[in-house]
Amino acid sequence: MRIPILKLYNYLLTTIQVELDDQTAIQFQDDLLNKIHETGAIGVVIDLTSVEIIDSYIAKILGDVVNMSELLGAKVVLTGIRPAVALTLIDLGIRLKGVPTALDLEQGIEKLRQELGE
Amino acid sequence: MNIAPNRVEIHNEWDIVRARQSGRERAKELGFGHVDQARIATAISELARNIYLYAKHGEIIISVIDGEKRGISIIAEDNGPGIRDLRKAMEDGYTTSGGLGAGLPGVKRLMDDFDIVSEEGQGTKITAKKYLR
Repeated sequence: MRIPILKLYNYLLTTIQVELDDQTAIQFQDDLLNKIHETGAIGVVIDLTSVEIIDSYIAKILGDVVNMSELLGAKVVLTGIRPAVALTLIDLGIRLKGVPTALDLEQGIEKLRQELGE
Repeated sequence: MNIAPNRVEIHNEWDIVRARQSGRERAKELGFGHVDQARIATAISELARNIYLYAKHGEIIISVIDGEKRGISIIAEDNGPGIRDLRKAMEDGYTTSGGLGAGLPGVKRLMDDFDIVSEEGQGTKITAKKYLR
């Protein structure tokens, strides 16, 4: 299963609409990094509106993706984290420190613009 | 409602997804709200992943608690290496697998009841329960 990644000007947009198994998550990590490299994108929004569960493993992959993308020069914002997912992550003791988030896609792009001074 | 326990054998990473989906469906049928459904499914995901990582295979058994208090019971059982230091395994941030170490203490916080029996070289049995409010 591949998660589509769309390019929009200098940004990449992706919305995760499948149940994330380990393989899909790892594949996504690879695909996103390659796409940043190919396109020279400076900002990425990963929309999680449809994601019903983030366990510690998926959280780690998402956190890693943010850090790896920054090494390639792209800023990542996670958007659309559901209230139930947020509560569950806190119960699990996962903080996702330093990971920029926004309520929805629109605010995510706004946040990128601000951070990148565009 | 079908109240026979759901047994999901854990052999690979896709079984982790099957187990948590099965748990979420059962939690929904029982009338748990969205947040508790997510808590239960996430707890199952963590337990199934522990089986996959440490014991290679085992089983998740999801059943309905139909007593004075209604709820859902999750049993995670394996015949793996067992846990050497239970007290340490229940500390936040402790991991022997390079993960986030959210594992067991996280599961305990997600659920209402948590019980663990583990014997080195014999295996581990974890029972976690969540009740309807």
